[in-house]
Amino acid sequence: MSTTTTLPGLRAWLLTDTPASRAQAAWGRRYRIWRDFRANGVAMTGLVTIILLIAAALAAPLLATHNPDAQELTNRLATPSAAHWLGTDELGRDVYSRLLFGGRITLGMVVAVVLMVAPVGLAVGTIAGYLGGMTDRVMMRVTDIFLAFPRLILALAFVAAIHPGISSAIFAIALTAWPPYARLARAETLTIRGTDFIAAIRLTGATTPRIILRHVAPLCLGSLIVRVTLDMSSIILTAAALGFLGMGAQPPSPEWGAMIATARDYMLQQWWVPLMPGMAIFVASLAFNLLGDGLRDVLDPKQR
Amino acid sequence: MIDVVDLRVRFGRVEAVRGISFAVARGASFGIVGESGSGKSTVLRALSGLNDDWTGRMAIDGQALAPRRGRDFFRRVQMVFQDPYGSLHPRQTVDRALSEPLIVHGMGDAEGRILRGLAEVALPPEARFRYPHQLSGGQRQRVAIARALMSEPDVLLLDEPTSALDVSVQAEVLNLLADLQERRGLTYVLVSHNLAVVAHLCGQIGVMQGGELVETLSAEALRAGRTSHPHTTELRRLSTELEEPEGPITL
Repeated sequence: MSTTTTLPGLRAWLLTDTPASRAQAAWGRRYRIWRDFRANGVAMTGLVTIILLIAAALAAPLLATHNPDAQELTNRLATPSAAHWLGTDELGRDVYSRLLFGGRITLGMVVAVVLMVAPVGLAVGTIAGYLGGMTDRVMMRVTDIFLAFPRLILALAFVAAIHPGISSAIFAIALTAWPPYARLARAETLTIRGTDFIAAIRLTGATTPRIILRHVAPLCLGSLIVRVTLDMSSIILTAAALGFLGMGAQPPSPEWGAMIATARDYMLQQWWVPLMPGMAIFVASLAFNLLGDGLRDVLDPKQR
Repeated sequence: MIDVVDLRVRFGRVEAVRGISFAVARGASFGIVGESGSGKSTVLRALSGLNDDWTGRMAIDGQALAPRRGRDFFRRVQMVFQDPYGSLHPRQTVDRALSEPLIVHGMGDAEGRILRGLAEVALPPEARFRYPHQLSGGQRQRVAIARALMSEPDVLLLDEPTSALDVSVQAEVLNLLADLQERRGLTYVLVSHNLAVVAHLCGQIGVMQGGELVETLSAEALRAGRTSHPHTTELRRLSTELEEPEGPITL
Protein backbone atom coordinates (compact mmCIF):
# COMPACT_ATOMS: atom_id res chain seq x y z
CA MET A 1 0.00 0.00 0.00
CA SER A 2 2.95 2.33 0.47
CA THR A 3 3.35 2.73 -3.29
CA THR A 4 -0.16 4.09 -3.72
CA THR A 5 0.76 7.67 -2.89
CA THR A 6 1.56 8.51 -6.50
CA LEU A 7 -0.79 8.13 -9.44
CA PRO A 8 1.44 5.80 -11.50
CA GLY A 9 1.97 3.81 -8.30
CA LEU A 10 -1.77 3.51 -7.86
CA ARG A 11 -2.19 2.37 -11.44
CA ALA A 12 0.52 -0.25 -11.05
CA TRP A 13 -1.10 -1.38 -7.80
CA LEU A 14 -4.43 -1.77 -9.61
CA LEU A 15 -3.07 -3.52 -12.68
CA THR A 16 -0.66 -5.91 -11.01
CA ASP A 17 -0.74 -9.57 -12.01
CA THR A 18 -0.17 -10.59 -8.44
CA PRO A 19 -2.65 -8.81 -6.20
CA ALA A 20 -1.94 -9.26 -2.50
CA SER A 21 -5.52 -9.21 -1.24
CA ARG A 22 -9.03 -9.88 -2.40
CA ALA A 23 -9.82 -6.16 -2.26
CA GLN A 24 -6.86 -5.35 -4.51
CA ALA A 25 -7.97 -7.98 -7.01
CA ALA A 26 -11.52 -6.64 -6.99
CA TRP A 27 -10.39 -3.02 -7.43
CA GLY A 28 -8.07 -4.09 -10.23
CA ARG A 29 -10.99 -5.71 -12.02
CA ARG A 30 -13.12 -2.60 -11.54
CA TYR A 31 -10.29 -0.38 -12.80
CA ARG A 32 -9.98 -2.47 -15.97
CA ILE A 33 -13.71 -2.13 -16.59
CA TRP A 34 -13.41 1.64 -16.01
CA ARG A 35 -10.52 1.84 -18.50
CA ASP A 36 -12.64 0.10 -21.13
CA PHE A 37 -15.56 2.37 -20.35
CA ARG A 38 -13.45 5.54 -20.43
CA ALA A 39 -12.35 4.75 -23.98
CA ASN A 40 -15.98 5.03 -25.13
CA GLY A 41 -16.45 8.75 -25.79
CA VAL A 42 -20.22 8.69 -26.29
CA ALA A 43 -20.82 6.78 -23.08
CA MET A 44 -18.52 9.15 -21.21
CA THR A 45 -20.62 12.06 -22.52
CA GLY A 46 -23.67 10.35 -21.04
CA LEU A 47 -21.96 9.76 -17.71
CA VAL A 48 -20.68 13.33 -17.45
CA THR A 49 -24.11 14.70 -18.35
CA ILE A 50 -25.80 12.60 -15.68
CA ILE A 51 -23.24 13.61 -13.07
CA LEU A 52 -23.77 17.28 -14.00
CA LEU A 53 -27.57 16.89 -13.84
CA ILE A 54 -27.43 15.21 -10.44
CA ALA A 55 -24.93 17.76 -9.15
CA ALA A 56 -27.10 20.60 -10.41
CA ALA A 57 -30.18 19.10 -8.75
CA LEU A 58 -28.33 18.61 -5.47
CA ALA A 59 -26.89 22.13 -5.57
CA ALA A 60 -30.19 23.68 -6.66
CA PRO A 61 -30.41 26.13 -3.73
CA LEU A 62 -26.92 27.43 -4.59
CA LEU A 63 -27.38 27.60 -8.36
CA ALA A 64 -30.93 28.95 -8.50
CA THR A 65 -31.27 32.64 -9.22
CA HIS A 66 -34.83 32.91 -7.89
CA ASN A 67 -37.18 31.22 -5.47
CA PRO A 68 -38.83 28.53 -7.66
CA ASP A 69 -42.25 29.31 -6.19
CA ALA A 70 -42.01 33.10 -6.20
CA GLN A 71 -44.65 34.51 -8.54
CA GLU A 72 -44.27 37.72 -10.45
CA LEU A 73 -47.56 38.18 -12.25
CA THR A 74 -46.47 41.37 -14.01
CA ASN A 75 -43.73 39.42 -15.77
CA ARG A 76 -45.55 36.34 -17.08
CA LEU A 77 -44.26 34.19 -19.95
CA ALA A 78 -41.16 36.31 -20.43
CA THR A 79 -38.56 35.41 -23.01
CA PRO A 80 -35.11 34.34 -21.77
CA SER A 81 -33.18 37.36 -20.53
CA ALA A 82 -30.38 38.32 -18.16
CA ALA A 83 -32.82 38.44 -15.24
CA HIS A 84 -34.57 35.17 -16.10
CA TRP A 85 -32.10 32.98 -17.99
CA LEU A 86 -34.72 30.62 -19.35
CA GLY A 87 -37.67 32.98 -19.17
CA THR A 88 -40.68 32.82 -16.84
CA ASP A 89 -43.80 30.64 -16.83
CA GLU A 90 -47.50 31.49 -16.77
CA LEU A 91 -47.30 32.74 -13.16
CA GLY A 92 -44.08 34.66 -13.70
CA ARG A 93 -41.91 32.07 -11.92
CA ASP A 94 -38.29 31.68 -13.02
CA VAL A 95 -38.08 28.62 -15.29
CA TYR A 96 -34.34 28.07 -14.74
CA SER A 97 -34.75 27.87 -10.97
CA ARG A 98 -37.79 25.63 -11.32
CA LEU A 99 -35.89 23.26 -13.61
CA LEU A 100 -33.12 22.92 -11.03
CA PHE A 101 -35.53 22.11 -8.22
CA GLY A 102 -37.63 19.96 -10.56
CA GLY A 103 -34.52 17.89 -11.27
CA ARG A 104 -34.54 16.89 -7.60
CA ILE A 105 -38.06 15.55 -7.94
CA THR A 106 -37.68 13.85 -11.32
CA LEU A 107 -34.24 12.33 -10.69
CA GLY A 108 -35.23 11.51 -7.11
CA MET A 109 -38.25 9.60 -8.40
CA VAL A 110 -36.02 7.68 -10.81
CA VAL A 111 -33.58 6.74 -8.06
CA ALA A 112 -36.41 5.72 -5.73
CA VAL A 113 -38.03 3.54 -8.40
CA VAL A 114 -34.74 1.86 -9.27
CA LEU A 115 -33.89 1.19 -5.63
CA MET A 116 -37.27 -0.46 -5.15
CA VAL A 117 -37.45 -2.33 -8.41
CA ALA A 118 -33.98 -3.73 -9.07
CA PRO A 119 -33.64 -5.78 -5.85
CA VAL A 120 -37.18 -7.15 -6.22
CA GLY A 121 -36.63 -8.13 -9.84
CA LEU A 122 -33.26 -9.68 -9.03
CA ALA A 123 -34.67 -11.65 -6.10
CA VAL A 124 -37.74 -12.93 -7.97
CA GLY A 125 -35.74 -13.83 -11.08
CA THR A 126 -32.85 -15.61 -9.37
CA ILE A 127 -35.08 -17.54 -6.96
CA ALA A 128 -37.49 -18.62 -9.70
CA GLY A 129 -34.67 -19.49 -12.08
CA TYR A 130 -32.57 -21.37 -9.57
CA LEU A 131 -35.31 -23.36 -7.85
CA GLY A 132 -37.25 -24.11 -11.03
CA GLY A 133 -40.31 -26.35 -10.96
CA MET A 134 -43.46 -25.13 -9.24
CA THR A 135 -41.82 -22.06 -7.64
CA ASP A 136 -40.63 -20.94 -11.03
CA ARG A 137 -44.00 -21.46 -12.65
CA VAL A 138 -45.96 -19.56 -10.00
CA MET A 139 -43.50 -16.66 -9.79
CA MET A 140 -43.24 -16.30 -13.53
CA ARG A 141 -47.01 -16.37 -14.09
CA VAL A 142 -47.35 -13.54 -11.55
CA THR A 143 -44.64 -11.70 -13.46
CA ASP A 144 -46.49 -12.33 -16.71
CA ILE A 145 -49.67 -10.87 -15.26
CA PHE A 146 -47.85 -7.68 -14.35
CA LEU A 147 -46.20 -7.62 -17.77
CA ALA A 148 -49.58 -7.93 -19.47
CA PHE A 149 -50.76 -4.56 -18.14
CA PRO A 150 -49.86 -1.49 -20.16
CA ARG A 151 -47.42 0.32 -17.94
CA LEU A 152 -48.87 3.81 -17.98
CA ILE A 153 -52.48 2.61 -17.64
CA LEU A 154 -51.71 0.44 -14.61
CA ALA A 155 -49.76 3.30 -13.07
CA LEU A 156 -52.65 5.67 -13.77
CA ALA A 157 -55.20 3.30 -12.26
CA PHE A 158 -53.00 2.75 -9.23
CA VAL A 159 -52.41 6.45 -8.64
CA ALA A 160 -56.08 7.22 -9.15
CA ALA A 161 -57.02 4.50 -6.66
CA ILE A 162 -54.76 5.92 -3.94
CA HIS A 163 -54.24 9.63 -4.40
CA PRO A 164 -52.20 11.62 -6.88
CA GLY A 165 -48.76 12.57 -5.62
CA ILE A 166 -45.07 11.87 -5.90
CA SER A 167 -44.92 8.88 -3.56
CA SER A 168 -47.87 7.10 -5.15
CA ALA A 169 -46.39 7.83 -8.58
CA ILE A 170 -43.16 6.16 -7.42
CA PHE A 171 -45.08 3.11 -6.18
CA ALA A 172 -47.11 2.97 -9.37
CA ILE A 173 -44.04 3.05 -11.61
CA ALA A 174 -42.26 0.53 -9.40
CA LEU A 175 -45.25 -1.80 -9.58
CA THR A 176 -45.06 -1.89 -13.35
CA ALA A 177 -41.29 -1.72 -13.76
CA TRP A 178 -40.03 -4.82 -11.95
CA PRO A 179 -41.24 -7.67 -14.23
CA PRO A 180 -38.67 -7.17 -17.02
CA TYR A 181 -35.88 -7.35 -14.44
CA ALA A 182 -37.29 -10.56 -12.99
CA ARG A 183 -37.40 -12.02 -16.50
CA LEU A 184 -33.86 -10.93 -17.25
CA ALA A 185 -32.48 -12.24 -13.96
CA ARG A 186 -34.29 -15.54 -14.45
CA ALA A 187 -32.90 -15.99 -17.96
CA GLU A 188 -29.38 -15.31 -16.69
CA THR A 189 -29.89 -17.66 -13.75
CA LEU A 190 -31.04 -20.48 -16.02
CA THR A 191 -27.74 -20.38 -17.88
CA ILE A 192 -25.68 -19.98 -14.70
CA ARG A 193 -27.52 -22.75 -12.85
CA GLY A 194 -26.29 -25.47 -15.20
CA THR A 195 -22.61 -24.50 -15.11
CA ASP A 196 -19.91 -26.60 -13.53
CA PHE A 197 -18.90 -23.86 -11.13
CA ILE A 198 -22.36 -23.84 -9.58
CA ALA A 199 -22.24 -27.66 -9.45
CA ALA A 200 -18.90 -27.36 -7.65
CA ILE A 201 -20.39 -24.91 -5.16
CA ARG A 202 -23.36 -27.23 -4.59
CA LEU A 203 -20.82 -29.96 -3.85
CA THR A 204 -19.30 -27.89 -1.06
CA GLY A 205 -22.63 -28.43 0.72
CA ALA A 206 -23.59 -24.74 0.58
CA THR A 207 -27.25 -23.96 1.28
CA THR A 208 -29.52 -22.84 -1.55
CA PRO A 209 -29.96 -19.26 -0.22
CA ARG A 210 -26.19 -18.94 0.02
CA ILE A 211 -25.70 -20.17 -3.55
CA ILE A 212 -28.32 -17.78 -4.92
CA LEU A 213 -27.13 -14.77 -2.94
CA ARG A 214 -23.39 -15.20 -3.08
CA HIS A 215 -22.79 -17.02 -6.35
CA VAL A 216 -25.70 -16.59 -8.76
CA ALA A 217 -26.94 -13.06 -8.04
CA PRO A 218 -23.56 -11.32 -8.47
CA LEU A 219 -23.34 -12.72 -12.00
CA CYS A 220 -26.79 -11.39 -12.89
CA LEU A 221 -25.90 -7.94 -11.63
CA GLY A 222 -23.97 -6.80 -14.71
CA SER A 223 -26.77 -7.22 -17.23
CA LEU A 224 -29.28 -5.96 -14.66
CA ILE A 225 -27.35 -2.70 -14.19
CA VAL A 226 -27.22 -2.26 -17.96
CA ARG A 227 -30.94 -2.87 -18.32
CA VAL A 228 -31.82 -0.55 -15.42
CA THR A 229 -29.71 2.25 -16.88
CA LEU A 230 -31.34 1.84 -20.27
CA ASP A 231 -34.76 1.81 -18.60
CA MET A 232 -34.11 4.97 -16.62
CA SER A 233 -35.10 7.11 -19.57
CA SER A 234 -38.45 5.36 -19.79
CA ILE A 235 -38.91 5.78 -16.03
CA ILE A 236 -38.23 9.50 -16.44
CA LEU A 237 -40.74 9.61 -19.27
CA THR A 238 -43.37 7.71 -17.26
CA ALA A 239 -42.81 10.00 -14.27
CA ALA A 240 -43.12 13.03 -16.53
CA ALA A 241 -46.20 11.56 -18.21
CA LEU A 242 -47.87 10.99 -14.85
CA GLY A 243 -46.98 14.55 -13.89
CA PHE A 244 -48.32 15.80 -17.20
CA LEU A 245 -51.60 13.95 -16.65
CA GLY A 246 -51.87 15.43 -13.17
CA MET A 247 -51.36 12.07 -11.45
CA GLY A 248 -47.78 12.58 -10.30
CA ALA A 249 -46.25 15.60 -8.68
CA GLN A 250 -48.89 18.24 -7.99
CA PRO A 251 -48.59 21.95 -8.71
CA PRO A 252 -46.88 24.07 -7.62
CA SER A 253 -44.07 21.52 -7.30
CA PRO A 254 -41.74 22.01 -10.27
CA GLU A 255 -41.66 18.44 -11.62
CA TRP A 256 -40.62 18.52 -15.29
CA GLY A 257 -43.69 16.73 -16.67
CA ALA A 258 -46.04 18.88 -14.60
CA MET A 259 -44.21 21.98 -15.86
CA ILE A 260 -44.92 20.98 -19.45
CA ALA A 261 -48.54 20.25 -18.55
CA THR A 262 -49.18 23.68 -17.06
CA ALA A 263 -47.42 25.36 -19.97
CA ARG A 264 -49.18 23.44 -22.72
CA ASP A 265 -51.70 26.22 -23.37
CA TYR A 266 -48.84 28.47 -24.48
CA MET A 267 -47.22 25.86 -26.72
CA LEU A 268 -47.69 27.88 -29.92
CA GLN A 269 -47.20 31.49 -28.86
CA GLN A 270 -44.73 31.17 -25.97
CA TRP A 271 -43.10 27.93 -27.13
CA TRP A 272 -39.97 28.37 -24.98
CA VAL A 273 -41.96 27.84 -21.76
CA PRO A 274 -42.82 24.16 -22.36
CA LEU A 275 -39.63 23.69 -24.38
CA MET A 276 -37.29 24.13 -21.39
CA PRO A 277 -38.59 21.24 -19.23
CA GLY A 278 -38.97 19.22 -22.43
CA MET A 279 -35.30 19.74 -23.16
CA ALA A 280 -34.43 18.73 -19.60
CA ILE A 281 -36.38 15.46 -19.98
CA PHE A 282 -34.79 14.86 -23.38
CA VAL A 283 -31.23 15.46 -22.18
CA ALA A 284 -31.65 13.31 -19.07
CA SER A 285 -33.23 10.44 -21.02
CA LEU A 286 -30.63 10.57 -23.75
CA ALA A 287 -27.77 10.68 -21.23
CA PHE A 288 -29.07 7.57 -19.44
CA ASN A 289 -29.40 5.75 -22.76
CA LEU A 290 -25.85 6.64 -23.80
CA LEU A 291 -24.55 5.54 -20.41
CA GLY A 292 -26.49 2.30 -20.64
CA ASP A 293 -25.06 1.50 -24.07
CA GLY A 294 -21.54 2.11 -22.79
CA LEU A 295 -22.13 -0.01 -19.70
CA ARG A 296 -23.43 -2.82 -21.86
CA ASP A 297 -20.20 -2.84 -23.80
CA VAL A 298 -18.11 -3.28 -20.66
CA LEU A 299 -20.42 -5.21 -18.33
CA ASP A 300 -22.41 -7.60 -20.46
CA PRO A 301 -20.80 -11.00 -20.01
CA LYS A 302 -21.84 -12.08 -23.50
CA GLN A 303 -19.75 -9.32 -25.02
CA ARG A 304 -16.61 -10.09 -23.03
CA MET B 1 -15.03 -47.62 0.53
CA ILE B 2 -17.49 -47.19 -2.34
CA ASP B 3 -20.18 -49.72 -3.13
CA VAL B 4 -22.53 -49.28 -6.05
CA VAL B 5 -25.18 -51.93 -6.65
CA ASP B 6 -27.59 -51.93 -9.58
CA LEU B 7 -27.48 -48.17 -10.14
CA ARG B 8 -30.02 -46.94 -12.66
CA VAL B 9 -30.47 -43.37 -13.86
CA ARG B 10 -33.20 -42.22 -16.17
CA PHE B 11 -33.61 -38.99 -18.12
CA GLY B 12 -37.24 -38.91 -19.11
CA ARG B 13 -37.80 -42.03 -21.20
CA VAL B 14 -34.13 -42.74 -21.80
CA GLU B 15 -32.35 -44.95 -19.33
CA ALA B 16 -28.82 -43.55 -19.32
CA VAL B 17 -27.41 -45.97 -16.75
CA ARG B 18 -28.86 -49.48 -16.76
CA GLY B 19 -28.06 -51.19 -13.54
CA ILE B 20 -24.32 -51.02 -12.99
CA SER B 21 -22.47 -52.35 -9.96
CA PHE B 22 -18.91 -51.86 -8.78
CA ALA B 23 -16.92 -51.57 -5.58
CA VAL B 24 -13.79 -49.56 -4.79
CA ALA B 25 -11.52 -50.33 -1.85
CA ARG B 26 -10.21 -47.54 0.42
CA GLY B 27 -7.20 -45.83 -1.14
CA ALA B 28 -7.76 -47.53 -4.51
CA SER B 29 -8.69 -46.03 -7.86
CA PHE B 30 -11.46 -47.18 -10.09
CA GLY B 31 -11.56 -46.01 -13.67
CA ILE B 32 -14.59 -45.90 -15.90
CA VAL B 33 -14.00 -45.69 -19.63
CA GLY B 34 -16.44 -45.53 -22.47
CA GLU B 35 -17.45 -43.48 -25.46
CA SER B 36 -19.41 -40.24 -25.23
CA GLY B 37 -22.95 -40.96 -24.17
CA SER B 38 -22.12 -44.30 -22.57
CA GLY B 39 -23.36 -42.95 -19.25
CA LYS B 40 -20.02 -42.77 -17.45
CA SER B 41 -20.35 -39.15 -16.33
CA THR B 42 -23.93 -39.81 -15.27
CA VAL B 43 -22.68 -42.45 -12.83
CA LEU B 44 -20.36 -39.86 -11.30
CA ARG B 45 -23.07 -37.20 -11.02
CA ALA B 46 -25.39 -39.64 -9.27
CA LEU B 47 -22.60 -40.70 -6.91
CA SER B 48 -21.68 -37.08 -6.13
CA GLY B 49 -25.26 -36.10 -5.33
CA LEU B 50 -25.64 -33.65 -8.22
CA ASN B 51 -28.33 -35.85 -9.72
CA ASP B 52 -30.80 -37.15 -7.15
CA ASP B 53 -33.05 -39.03 -9.55
CA TRP B 54 -31.66 -42.56 -9.44
CA THR B 55 -32.52 -46.00 -8.15
CA GLY B 56 -30.33 -48.74 -6.79
CA ARG B 57 -27.99 -48.78 -3.83
CA MET B 58 -24.90 -46.69 -3.27
CA ALA B 59 -22.83 -46.61 -0.11
CA ILE B 60 -19.72 -44.76 0.98
CA ASP B 61 -17.77 -46.33 3.82
CA GLY B 62 -20.69 -48.64 4.57
CA GLN B 63 -23.22 -45.80 4.87
CA ALA B 64 -26.02 -45.99 2.33
CA LEU B 65 -26.56 -42.78 0.37
CA ALA B 66 -29.92 -41.04 0.19
CA PRO B 67 -30.85 -39.07 -2.95
CA ARG B 68 -30.31 -35.83 -0.97
CA ARG B 69 -26.98 -35.64 0.80
CA GLY B 70 -26.13 -33.95 4.03
CA ARG B 71 -23.30 -31.50 4.61
CA ASP B 72 -21.19 -34.28 6.10
CA PHE B 73 -21.28 -36.17 2.82
CA PHE B 74 -20.01 -33.16 0.87
CA ARG B 75 -17.14 -32.86 3.29
CA ARG B 76 -16.05 -36.44 2.61
CA VAL B 77 -16.73 -36.69 -1.13
CA GLN B 78 -15.57 -34.09 -3.61
CA MET B 79 -15.46 -33.84 -7.37
CA VAL B 80 -13.16 -32.38 -10.03
CA PHE B 81 -14.80 -31.40 -13.28
CA GLN B 82 -13.75 -31.83 -16.87
CA ASP B 83 -13.60 -28.23 -18.01
CA PRO B 84 -11.38 -26.03 -15.84
CA TYR B 85 -12.67 -23.02 -17.79
CA GLY B 86 -16.20 -23.72 -16.61
CA SER B 87 -15.71 -25.08 -13.12
CA LEU B 88 -14.37 -21.90 -11.51
CA HIS B 89 -16.65 -18.95 -10.78
CA PRO B 90 -15.55 -16.22 -13.22
CA ARG B 91 -15.94 -13.40 -10.67
CA GLN B 92 -14.23 -15.07 -7.74
CA THR B 93 -10.55 -15.08 -7.00
CA VAL B 94 -8.68 -18.29 -6.27
CA ASP B 95 -8.68 -17.24 -2.62
CA ARG B 96 -12.46 -16.95 -2.56
CA ALA B 97 -12.94 -20.28 -4.37
CA LEU B 98 -10.73 -22.04 -1.82
CA SER B 99 -12.26 -20.35 1.22
CA GLU B 100 -15.83 -21.20 0.24
CA PRO B 101 -15.67 -24.85 1.45
CA LEU B 102 -14.00 -23.67 4.66
CA ILE B 103 -16.82 -21.21 5.38
CA VAL B 104 -19.55 -23.74 4.58
CA HIS B 105 -18.02 -26.41 6.81
CA GLY B 106 -17.00 -23.94 9.50
CA MET B 107 -13.32 -24.89 9.31
CA GLY B 108 -10.90 -22.51 11.00
CA ASP B 109 -7.42 -21.30 10.03
CA ALA B 110 -8.50 -20.29 6.53
CA GLU B 111 -5.23 -18.42 5.90
CA GLY B 112 -3.03 -21.43 6.65
CA ARG B 113 -5.28 -23.92 4.91
CA ILE B 114 -5.43 -21.86 1.72
CA LEU B 115 -1.66 -21.39 1.60
CA ARG B 116 -1.07 -25.10 2.25
CA GLY B 117 -3.74 -25.99 -0.31
CA LEU B 118 -2.00 -23.90 -2.98
CA ALA B 119 1.38 -25.39 -2.13
CA GLU B 120 -0.05 -28.89 -2.24
CA VAL B 121 -1.08 -28.53 -5.89
CA ALA B 122 2.17 -26.69 -6.70
CA LEU B 123 0.60 -23.30 -7.36
CA PRO B 124 2.70 -20.24 -6.50
CA PRO B 125 1.39 -18.10 -3.61
CA GLU B 126 1.10 -15.16 -6.05
CA ALA B 127 -1.76 -16.98 -7.78
CA ARG B 128 -3.87 -16.68 -4.64
CA PHE B 129 -5.66 -13.44 -5.50
CA ARG B 130 -5.96 -13.95 -9.24
CA TYR B 131 -9.17 -14.40 -11.13
CA PRO B 132 -9.64 -17.56 -13.21
CA HIS B 133 -9.16 -15.62 -16.46
CA GLN B 134 -5.65 -14.72 -15.30
CA LEU B 135 -4.68 -18.40 -15.03
CA SER B 136 -3.78 -21.04 -17.61
CA GLY B 137 -5.90 -24.15 -18.11
CA GLY B 138 -3.51 -26.32 -16.12
CA GLN B 139 -3.37 -23.79 -13.28
CA ARG B 140 -7.15 -23.63 -13.21
CA GLN B 141 -7.41 -27.39 -12.93
CA ARG B 142 -4.93 -27.25 -10.06
CA VAL B 143 -7.16 -24.69 -8.36
CA ALA B 144 -10.15 -26.98 -8.89
CA ILE B 145 -8.22 -29.86 -7.34
CA ALA B 146 -7.11 -27.67 -4.43
CA ARG B 147 -10.71 -26.58 -3.89
CA ALA B 148 -11.89 -30.20 -3.85
CA LEU B 149 -9.23 -31.00 -1.26
CA MET B 150 -10.01 -28.05 1.07
CA SER B 151 -12.62 -29.95 3.08
CA GLU B 152 -10.18 -32.87 3.47
CA PRO B 153 -12.31 -35.47 1.69
CA ASP B 154 -11.70 -39.22 1.58
CA VAL B 155 -13.12 -39.71 -1.88
CA LEU B 156 -12.37 -37.73 -5.02
CA LEU B 157 -14.58 -38.12 -8.07
CA LEU B 158 -12.72 -37.14 -11.22
CA ASP B 159 -14.77 -36.37 -14.30
CA GLU B 160 -12.35 -36.34 -17.24
CA PRO B 161 -9.93 -34.19 -15.23
CA THR B 162 -7.36 -33.92 -18.01
CA SER B 163 -9.25 -34.06 -21.30
CA ALA B 164 -9.59 -30.27 -21.63
CA LEU B 165 -5.84 -29.78 -21.14
CA ASP B 166 -3.04 -30.04 -23.64
CA VAL B 167 -0.84 -33.11 -23.58
CA SER B 168 2.12 -31.86 -21.53
CA VAL B 169 -0.17 -30.35 -18.90
CA GLN B 170 -2.23 -33.57 -18.83
CA ALA B 171 0.79 -35.49 -17.62
CA GLU B 172 1.51 -32.91 -14.90
CA VAL B 173 -2.03 -33.03 -13.59
CA LEU B 174 -2.12 -36.84 -13.69
CA ASN B 175 1.13 -37.05 -11.77
CA LEU B 176 -0.21 -34.52 -9.26
CA LEU B 177 -3.33 -36.65 -8.78
CA ALA B 178 -1.20 -39.76 -8.30
CA ASP B 179 0.99 -37.95 -5.71
CA LEU B 180 -2.01 -36.62 -3.83
CA GLN B 181 -3.57 -40.05 -3.66
CA GLU B 182 -0.43 -41.51 -2.20
CA ARG B 183 0.04 -38.68 0.30
CA ARG B 184 -3.54 -38.45 1.51
CA GLY B 185 -4.75 -42.01 0.99
CA LEU B 186 -7.59 -40.78 -1.22
CA THR B 187 -10.02 -43.06 -2.99
CA TYR B 188 -10.55 -42.12 -6.65
CA VAL B 189 -13.27 -42.79 -9.15
CA LEU B 190 -11.97 -41.55 -12.49
CA VAL B 191 -14.09 -41.21 -15.57
CA SER B 192 -12.42 -40.77 -18.94
CA HIS B 193 -12.73 -41.64 -22.58
CA ASN B 194 -8.98 -41.99 -22.70
CA LEU B 195 -7.77 -45.51 -21.90
CA ALA B 196 -4.20 -44.36 -21.37
CA VAL B 197 -5.23 -41.85 -18.67
CA VAL B 198 -7.35 -44.41 -16.87
CA ALA B 199 -4.70 -47.12 -17.06
CA HIS B 200 -2.09 -44.65 -15.75
CA LEU B 201 -4.01 -43.86 -12.58
CA CYS B 202 -6.33 -46.78 -11.86
CA GLY B 203 -5.82 -50.37 -10.78
CA GLN B 204 -9.30 -51.49 -11.72
CA ILE B 205 -11.07 -50.40 -14.85
CA GLY B 206 -14.71 -50.69 -15.82
CA VAL B 207 -15.75 -50.39 -19.45
CA MET B 208 -19.15 -48.85 -20.14
CA GLN B 209 -21.23 -49.12 -23.28
CA GLY B 210 -24.81 -47.96 -23.74
CA GLY B 211 -25.34 -47.45 -20.01
CA GLU B 212 -24.03 -50.85 -18.97
CA LEU B 213 -20.78 -51.91 -17.41
CA VAL B 214 -19.74 -54.50 -19.97
CA GLU B 215 -16.42 -55.51 -18.45
CA THR B 216 -14.34 -54.92 -15.33
CA LEU B 217 -10.66 -55.76 -15.55
CA SER B 218 -7.34 -54.80 -14.00
CA ALA B 219 -4.98 -52.28 -15.60
CA GLU B 220 -2.39 -55.06 -16.11
CA ALA B 221 -4.92 -57.18 -17.95
CA LEU B 222 -5.76 -54.21 -20.15
CA ARG B 223 -2.11 -53.47 -20.90
CA ALA B 224 -1.49 -57.10 -21.72
CA GLY B 225 -4.51 -57.14 -23.96
CA ARG B 226 -6.38 -59.77 -21.96
CA THR B 227 -9.79 -58.32 -22.77
CA SER B 228 -12.89 -60.45 -22.89
CA HIS B 229 -15.58 -58.09 -24.23
CA PRO B 230 -15.39 -57.05 -27.89
CA HIS B 231 -16.06 -53.39 -26.98
CA THR B 232 -13.02 -53.31 -24.70
CA THR B 233 -10.89 -54.87 -27.40
CA GLU B 234 -12.14 -52.27 -29.84
CA LEU B 235 -11.45 -49.35 -27.47
CA ARG B 236 -7.96 -50.70 -26.78
CA ARG B 237 -7.19 -51.10 -30.47
CA LEU B 238 -8.37 -47.54 -31.23
CA SER B 239 -6.36 -46.14 -28.36
CA THR B 240 -3.11 -47.89 -29.35
CA GLU B 241 -3.58 -46.76 -32.93
CA LEU B 242 -4.08 -43.14 -31.90
CA GLU B 243 -1.24 -43.19 -29.42
CA GLU B 244 1.62 -40.96 -30.50
CA PRO B 245 4.92 -42.79 -30.21
CA GLU B 246 6.53 -39.90 -28.27
CA GLY B 247 3.47 -39.37 -26.04
CA PRO B 248 4.21 -38.99 -22.35
CA ILE B 249 1.79 -41.71 -21.28
CA THR B 250 2.00 -45.16 -22.78
CA LEU B 251 -0.14 -48.17 -22.25
